[in-house]
This record gives sequence, structure tokens and C-alpha cells, in this order.
Amino acid sequence: MRMPRLTAFLTATAVFVSAFTFAAQAAEEVHVLNWKGYGADEPWAVADFEKATGFKVVNDFFNSEQEMLTKIRTNPGLYDVVMINAAFNDQAMAGKLIQPIDVSKLSNYADIAKDKAGSPMLNHDGKVYGVPWVWGLTALAINEKSFDKPPASIAEMWDPAHKGRVIIRDDAVEAVQFGAIASGQNINDIKDMDAVKAKLTSLMPQIKTFWSSENDWNQMVASNQIDIGTYWSGSADRAKTHFKLPVSLVIPQEGAVAWLDAFSIPVGSKNVAGAEAFINYMIDPKFYVEWVTKVGAPVSANTKAVDALPEDSFNRKVMGSPDVAKRIQFQAPITDEQREKYLALWQELKVNVK
Amino acid sequence: MADQLAIGSRRGLKPALPLLLPAYLWLTVAIFLPLSAMVFFSFMTDLPLAGKEWSFTLGNYAVFFSQSLYSTLLFASLRLGLEVTLWCIVIGYPAAYVLAKVLKGRSREAIFLLVILPFWSNGLVRIFSWAMVLREGGILDTALNAVLPFKINIDLMYSYPAVIIGLVHSYVPYMVLTCYLTLQAIDDSLIEAGRSLGASRRQVLWRVIIPLSMPGLIAGAALIFVPVVGSFMEPRILGGRTGTFYGTVIEDQFVAVFNWPLGAALSFILLAVVLIILALAAPVLRRAG
Repeated sequence: MRMPRLTAFLTATAVFVSAFTFAAQAAEEVHVLNWKGYGADEPWAVADFEKATGFKVVNDFFNSEQEMLTKIRTNPGLYDVVMINAAFNDQAMAGKLIQPIDVSKLSNYADIAKDKAGSPMLNHDGKVYGVPWVWGLTALAINEKSFDKPPASIAEMWDPAHKGRVIIRDDAVEAVQFGAIASGQNINDIKDMDAVKAKLTSLMPQIKTFWSSENDWNQMVASNQIDIGTYWSGSADRAKTHFKLPVSLVIPQEGAVAWLDAFSIPVGSKNVAGAEAFINYMIDPKFYVEWVTKVGAPVSANTKAVDALPEDSFNRKVMGSPDVAKRIQFQAPITDEQREKYLALWQELKVNVK
Repeated sequence: MADQLAIGSRRGLKPALPLLLPAYLWLTVAIFLPLSAMVFFSFMTDLPLAGKEWSFTLGNYAVFFSQSLYSTLLFASLRLGLEVTLWCIVIGYPAAYVLAKVLKGRSREAIFLLVILPFWSNGLVRIFSWAMVLREGGILDTALNAVLPFKINIDLMYSYPAVIIGLVHSYVPYMVLTCYLTLQAIDDSLIEAGRSLGASRRQVLWRVIIPLSMPGLIAGAALIFVPVVGSFMEPRILGGRTGTFYGTVIEDQFVAVFNWPLGAALSFILLAVVLIILALAAPVLRRAG
């Protein structure tokens, strides 16, 4: 009988100790999961938020939406705030990974554009599962050194002049949707998969490498190794404003993929109050203007925040123009079957390149 | 040897237990348990997280055989493993010979240090420094163009050779170390005897030195081949669009698409293939060794 008693004692001690450390942590830390270098981890913003609220921000990062889902699934209770692309909100909710948000606690929520706040991707059964933060485009970006004037068409990616100097993201869904735009199709309802495949197959020999993080893209331009590639609008802005790189965004006449990023609170969050305070801070006009000016950012979902920008700023003038609005297609949720089909196609393309 | 065996069997396993226990406890906790969990995963339809439905299936293994994609990649990875091992022998063996038989004292220590130096730096740092060297306008390109009278364009980055270079650099110390140990153990008088009996230098090399150092060569080759076949970091960073290998696809299943069961199944197929190759090679190698 000695052993079980000893084991019980040890277990009890361990439980006590961990309970105490958890309680001590949970009181003031807000664990945030987001892309690296994407607003939430700006040192000035973190310092400002911590000073205003007394919470301490702990940032963690992911490199793909699937990695983000993996991280919340495998670390229940660790994160308090997670940034989820609206197209993945469905999946996260269905997997019971995120909880409904009490938007009455967010003073800035009322200023969010109605079409974004009311998006069926973020609202389920009358409850809000995601607070729209920013939206932007997956369009093209060019190395200004390689072009006299910016190209108008997506076909520029296939121009033999850029052979070995094109870059696209190593992401099956993004690649397939890009192929859909290039072949003149609706990204959310791709009818002719063969056309997409043919387009991407002919693009492969043009490609230098695949990028997975902003840093990859910026380094390729800094060392003048690429001419053109797919890029996110906020990242292109950041590359120009913050890193002073010769990068400019091109919204091709064929269109571009638009996405909406939103903040959610994972199930099991130990600091919901801190999470609400952080989300509210992130959609505040003051933070947004500072983010755009200092670093470069996508377009805020908060109308007051966009109106606070100078009238000729890119995010207000170009991204807000009705002409652009007509061309872009917002990403809708994707089923697991579609995702697997896209991945199979993407892997096949990558293997055939050998 | 016989005496030792006798002592061992007389005293039995019991007294040795306290000595073995820490190592085996550690192996059980750190390797056996996670590995068995992975075997378990590889037969599941889905991960039992967040109340998802799951059942047992052989489907994950069937995927490998139903799509030519995976066998193509496995073949490419095996080829990569062979090529890297071959280059490691070509580069590492002569270095080990010089260390063991030619150099003495201080100079040996200095050269030895240079060989194991890569072990002291982080693998990712090594790969990224290769990225700086190999790319167009990188260190190699700039240096060669500064010296050479004509213009050449070196852009090895994001290609198959870049992957080979990175991997050979990471793994060559294993070959040097294992070969050094066996070469050093060769009695110099055997070489002298061969020479005095009229063998040419080349004959001594082929008939005396290489056969006697074969165990080191084989150990080095196995140490290099197995991890290279499953490598994913080097191909991903240095290979660019040609950097898709069996290892990177397994990594994708775990990190990018969260299909742990398929990733686990693919890993165990790789393990099985590697074991089969080593088993097939064993008789040949034993005779050689």
C-alpha cells in the first residue's frame, strides 16, 4: 500500500503546483496567436495596450491557417485570442475550437462596416464567433526595379521574360484560386478544374521558389531575385513603408482574391476579459492609423478607422474605390473534400516539376 | 571474451538492472511511447480531438499505393539519400585517411576541430548561410566574378545541387568520424608489410586499407543514408520549386493539412522501406565488413 499513497501524494502536489502557476498566469496574461509581424506583435502596440489595461501580451505565431488550427487543437486553454481568416471560422466553430463573443463588451464593435460584421462566415445561430479586424487582397506585387510601368494583367506572370523570377505561395488553396482567376472563373465555384490545372502547370517553369512567410518574399526582392509574384496587400504595403523595399501592389484587371481576417476567442480561454480588451484595442482607430503610418497594414474593417487615414492613402483611395470592389472576389469557406482535392492537385504539380 | 560472458551469465541481469534502468526508462518514455502512439494514429480515420468520430482503417496505407505521387517521391528521396552518401564518402574518406595516417599531434587536432565544427552550430543556421552563398549575387557568385576575368553567372540556389550541397555539408562529419576511428585502428605494420611484399600504393589501398576500414564506411553510410531519406528542412529551404521530397510531404501532412494519420502512415512506410533496404544490404555488407 505504500506505493499508491506515495503516488497520490505526488499527484496531489503536482496538481496543486500547476493550479497555482496557472492561476497566477491567467490573471494577467493574454496569449495571442497570429501571423508574425501582423499588427498584434508590434512592440509599440503591445506596450500601449499593456499600459492602458494592465494585461501582459504573450504572442505566438503560425505560418499557415492549418498550423493555426493545429495549435489551438493541440493546446486547449493556452490561447486567449486567435486571428482566424473568416473562411476558416466555420471550420473552427464546427470543431468547437472557438466560443461566442459578447460584442457588447467591445466599444468599437459598433463602428465595424455592416457587411463585414454581418458576414455569415462569422455569425452562427445569431452569435458572433469572429470580430472583423482587417481585410485585404491576395493580388500581385512587383519588384519596381524590373518594370518601367506596372503591368495590368495577370498574364504577366506567364511572360517568358520573367522565367525563373516568379514567386507564389506554397499553399494549395491560394494557388488553385489564383489559377481560377487566371482562367476567368469564380474562385468559390470552380467549374473547370482542368483549366486551372493547365494554367498552373504552365506557370511552374516560371517559378523561382515558393514563399511561406512575408520575410521570404521581402528577402527575395531585397536580393533582386524576383520580378513578380502573388502577395498580400497589407504585406506589400508593409514592405514599402516599413522595409523601404521597391515593392508595389498590382490589382490585375482579371481580379484578385479578397479575404477578411477576424479575431476569435478559443474555447477554454483563461482570460476572456483580457481577450475582449485586446480585440477592442486591435479594432480601435488610434491603433489602426498608427499601424498604417508606422508599419503598413491591410484595410481596417472599422469604417471610422479607415476614415481617419489621409484621403490619398492607398488603403482609402485604391482599396476603397468602387472599381476595385467590382473586381475582387471574397473567399468563402472551403469544405474538407475541396481542400483535399486542391492539395492533391498542388502536390501533383509540385512533383511533376522534378 | 569468454571470461566476461561467464561472469555476465553467473551474476545474471539483476545486478545490472540499476545501471540499465535509467537508459531504458528514458527510451520508453521518449521514444517507445510516442512511436507507438504514432503507429496507433496511422490506423485511424481521424484524430480523436474535439469529439470527432474516428474508427480503425487501413486507408492511410492504401493512399500510398493508390497514388503514384508518393512512390515517385519516395524514389526521389532514396536517390537523394544515395547521392548524398556517395558524396560524403568521396569527400569524407580521404579526409579521414589523412587525419588518421598522415597528420600527427597539433596539426591533427586542428584539422579534427575543423571537421567537427559544423556540429557546434545550429542546422538551420548552416542551411541559411548556404542560401547566402549559393544565390545569384551571393557570396560565391560575387567572389568568383571578382577573381575571374570573364563573367560567369552562378545561381545554384533553389535547385537539386543546392539540396545536395547543403545535405553533404551537414552529414560529412559523420563519415569522417566513423572512418577515422576504423582507419586509426589499422596497424601501420600491415601497410608496411604489404608495401615490402611488393604491393603498389594503389594495391595497398584496395586490398588492405579499404577492406579493414569497411566497418567504419558502412556505419557512416547507414548513419547518413537513413536521415537524408527523410530530410525535409534542407530540401524545403534550398530546393525551391524542386524541393518537394518524401520528407517534405510528411511534414505537410503534420503541419499544413493536419492529417496526422496519413503523415504517420507515410512515415512508417518510409521506415519499412529503409529497414528492407538495410536488411537486403546486410549479407553483402557483412561479407565486406
